[in-house]
Amino acid sequence: MKKFLRSFLLLDLLEGLWVTFRHQTPSQIETEQYPSDRPAVSERYRGAPRLNVHPETQETLCISCNLCAVACPENLIVVGSVRNPETKRKDLVTFTYDLSRCMFCGLCEDACPVDALELTQDFEIASYTREGLIWDRQALEEGPRPTQYRQ
Amino acid sequence: MTALDNTLDNNEMVLNMGPQHPSTHGVLRIVLKLDGERVKSTDCIIGYLHRGVEKIAENRTYVQFAPYVDRMDYLAAVSNGLGYCLAVEKLMNAVATPRAQAVRVILTELNRIASHLLWLGTHALDLGAITPLFYTLREREAVLKIFENYCGARLTTHAFRIGGLQYELYEGFEKEVEAFCGQFLPKVDEYEELLSGNRIWRERLRGVGIIDAETCKRYGVTGPVLRAAGLAWDLRKSQPYSGYEQYEFDVPTRSSGDTLDRYFVRLDEMRQSVRIIQQAVANIPAGPIMAKIAKVVKPPVGEAYVSIEAPKGELGYYIVSDGTTHPYRLRVRPPSFVNLQALGHMSKGALVADVVAIIGTIDIVLGEVDR
Repeated sequence: MKKFLRSFLLLDLLEGLWVTFRHQTPSQIETEQYPSDRPAVSERYRGAPRLNVHPETQETLCISCNLCAVACPENLIVVGSVRNPETKRKDLVTFTYDLSRCMFCGLCEDACPVDALELTQDFEIASYTREGLIWDRQALEEGPRPTQYRQ
Repeated sequence: MTALDNTLDNNEMVLNMGPQHPSTHGVLRIVLKLDGERVKSTDCIIGYLHRGVEKIAENRTYVQFAPYVDRMDYLAAVSNGLGYCLAVEKLMNAVATPRAQAVRVILTELNRIASHLLWLGTHALDLGAITPLFYTLREREAVLKIFENYCGARLTTHAFRIGGLQYELYEGFEKEVEAFCGQFLPKVDEYEELLSGNRIWRERLRGVGIIDAETCKRYGVTGPVLRAAGLAWDLRKSQPYSGYEQYEFDVPTRSSGDTLDRYFVRLDEMRQSVRIIQQAVANIPAGPIMAKIAKVVKPPVGEAYVSIEAPKGELGYYIVSDGTTHPYRLRVRPPSFVNLQALGHMSKGALVADVVAIIGTIDIVLGEVDR
């Protein structure tokens, strides 16, 4: 009899509905209003790569050891360097990072012995062209140069 | 029946389901042979997401291949990473440090919860219950946030390295995990309130896609599908790895092996995962996170097979080493692929609408089926 009443009065469905109504309070909204609301990505987030420069001298920290290029599973890093006859060290000339093939595994930044190459918290790296995703040394050091539109 | 077999009876017809069908959970194509609404036979056509992962492995070093395993079962990337790392460590006769093992257990169990949550949401969505998806994704978000804070990525985490971990725990990790565990159990009860008590849900699932334990064994089906059929087979219990023998937990089973039972088994598994996480996070041993292994991973000649209990079933990695830095051959035993074989058995005589329920209840990820 009790079971019949429960099913007749649709109590089981009302219980489920009650759960839904419990969640109607506006304080429980989880949606982020991107782009006006910027998501806070974590400190270790693996996003757009950056080639760090010395904060004062603006010289690159990269020592052209090529370890990142060797560590990369996709072979997308190309390091170009020339041997400096005076210091007997390699000087960095070019650094190309093909973001279109990158899977942000972080093996390159793990491999870097001087913390020059780093995956940053920047996650907005869309581009209209494939070529735009191939970052040269300037883009890596100064950040990407998005298209500027006239007002 | 094969895809090319076009002999039909008068009242039979062939229906092509997928690969764009939203309820096949990816790019699975099923050719259904129907008699009215009844399914006479099914024929799965896979390979739309084939990327040749096993071949890629032969052209990468052991370290370089680790990010690729995340992309097979992308809903359980951490479990995939654990299986791969354990297999290479077995090849090298290395063992991860106790601290690394505890962290691995915490993260893989969190991943199990995340995987089951997404399964629950999409499975309910397939069957017309839209509400649970929002709630499950909300809880899953908390897990993904922990992953992001720990290793910097939410989905394709690349959290583990061969020999241990790359990243030390961040400040407040324990607190965050404990807070999640504390508020998660009431949430599972809430799902139960929404679905388990709901008579439409129960009647929709009861008796659909029945498979018994004996048939499961014949097909090699593992995971929640097998446990819902009554066999308490869980690799975490039967052949513990990564320190699972230290933790107390039950293997939830049910007896009738239908879709409703698989739903209950997965809900119970989430509760058990919380139990494991709470035990593990309460005493994470101190010490190094990386075992002492050579910087260049170069296992000796030999072969190793390691299988772990992934959220979807037994996930195995078989690696043959020829002594170089690259695997000679790598073979993955993905749970989704093997479990999918039972689809034909489970959907024989079912209605077309039930095929959607059965695909959902097997819990496949096509990235893993096709590899």
